[in-house]
Amino acid sequence: MSARSYEEVLAALARENPDLVVLTAENRAAIRGLPAILGPRFIDVGICEQTLVGAAAGLALRGRVPVVHALATFLTLRAFEFIRTDVGLPGLPVKLVGAVPGFLSEANGPTHQAIEDLALMRAIPGMQIVCPADEEELALGLPEVVASPAPTYLRFNAVPARVPHRTGFKLGEAEVHGSGSDVAILACGFLVGEAAAALELLLARGIEGRLVNLRTLAPLDRAAVLRAGEECDLVVTVEDHLRSGGLHAIVTGCLAEGAVTTGLLGLGLERWFKPAMLPDVLRHEGFTAPQLAQRVERALTRRGMSRGQTVVLGEQ
Amino acid sequence: MTVARRSRQDPPPELTDRELALRVREHVIRMAVGGGCFIGASLSCVELLVHLYRHVLRLGPDRLHDPDRDYLFLSKGHDVPALYGTLAELGYFPRQRLLRHLSPEDDLYWHPNRAVPGVEFHSGSLGHLLAVAIGVALDVRLRGGPNRVFVVLGDGELDEGSIWEGLLVASAQHLDRLVLVVDRNGLQANVRTEELVPLEPLRDKLEAFGCRVHMTEGHHFGALASAFARLPLAAGQPTAVVARTLRGKGLPSIEGRADRWFMRLTPEEAGELLAELHGRQRARLPAEPLVVR
Repeated sequence: MSARSYEEVLAALARENPDLVVLTAENRAAIRGLPAILGPRFIDVGICEQTLVGAAAGLALRGRVPVVHALATFLTLRAFEFIRTDVGLPGLPVKLVGAVPGFLSEANGPTHQAIEDLALMRAIPGMQIVCPADEEELALGLPEVVASPAPTYLRFNAVPARVPHRTGFKLGEAEVHGSGSDVAILACGFLVGEAAAALELLLARGIEGRLVNLRTLAPLDRAAVLRAGEECDLVVTVEDHLRSGGLHAIVTGCLAEGAVTTGLLGLGLERWFKPAMLPDVLRHEGFTAPQLAQRVERALTRRGMSRGQTVVLGEQ
Repeated sequence: MTVARRSRQDPPPELTDRELALRVREHVIRMAVGGGCFIGASLSCVELLVHLYRHVLRLGPDRLHDPDRDYLFLSKGHDVPALYGTLAELGYFPRQRLLRHLSPEDDLYWHPNRAVPGVEFHSGSLGHLLAVAIGVALDVRLRGGPNRVFVVLGDGELDEGSIWEGLLVASAQHLDRLVLVVDRNGLQANVRTEELVPLEPLRDKLEAFGCRVHMTEGHHFGALASAFARLPLAAGQPTAVVARTLRGKGLPSIEGRADRWFMRLTPEEAGELLAELHGRQRARLPAEPLVVR
């Protein structure tokens, strides 16, 4: 199991692959040591996200594999058209790393809240979307992300691991923990840890569930999603993203296309969240493990009255 | 950096630059038949493209995969008929292919597609290809090749913030392999640049953003030869060549007109314009003005 940091893995990949270049729009938090290691292959363009992405496309045209760093909001919003037109349309192997997505922006406020980044990246044909649960999975997945010839959005997340990653990492392959059939929680990103803790609390109350860590949203592990829907009474999505266009939309779309009948509970955002430090954000928005467990249990109770149908369960 | 030299892909010696430019203009007029094209914007950069492809770029139909070749990015993508005409005349693809302009069976539409031989990258959304060219220039510096990277920009396109952001970066990175070529025809889609968002003093602005600037007449091959004779203009700085041009150049009935940016022609109207191009008659103003943007 890798215990290395993102920076260490990226440095190792850069040593192996002379075509790898690291770009940033003055977002160096996760890559502070790389200038000394990479020399001219580390390029900081300043606070210029559009030029950052366009230049990455130009570097890729010359055979480079650019790994591009910026805050997730500014990368996916400010530079969206450059991503769509200069990277997505030609299908260049640019790796877009969005920092502090979703709740991880903490007290920055709505300007910094990337809660529509998944929806935007999904709208680009051929764009891969990777949402690691923690730093361990980030490090596990990075080599495959870099080796893939497809443009990729990596929703950066380096929180400490709370679930074991025993099966390695493969694009398009979910990681499933447990096999209970009362509830399946499908989560991505750092909320995988909260979801795992919520399932333990539910188990203590006699509710058996499973956790599906959807660490790659594109390509999607459709089989894992369909299996969860077929085998479990309730499918719950947990995401720090707008429910429209994100994980919930992906999962419900997949289940509908597969004609799977089940109960659905979408726990995500309807609008910008209250800026605060992360534990307070989680509490305020109802995403701590005890709150998640409670929301799931309530939904299961309501579900008991409507078994055998596909029901989208509200929380009232 | 070496002085520009003639490419091995020169067309037959009997065709002068002026004659070649005339042929490209004929192609542009024909491409405006039916579904139309951005004829005014295309005609203003004909000499620029003919000169660059014939005498400046180390590039040719047989050198597209040469690692030492130059690059030309057409950021002002809507003038692509002038590029199509130039590339066809210089042998990048057969001239007959131009007859398939706007056909769903081909890739020749109103904006560039890099599937067409010689077209470096797709464009159309303004303000993109300076950034892409910066990436190529950064890699040229990393790998240490002789390549130069040209970006053709419209003057209206200079409204885009990404251009000025890109210039800050190009200047900070000392990208002296980068050559901006501004088609300064004085008009953006529907109005004069100076009446909407004034660009002047453009030279001062470009210099303030770190470019070494050369102003030139954009339809005179002698002037263009001087403008691109020695690149870069200054070591460690991007070069900017601002070419004063005329929208619709070559067709007096539409020259300099704000409402002759995009035109759809009937075959008869195209015939009149072709006659006017050859100085045989002045065309009656063909086609209703179309406001596209």
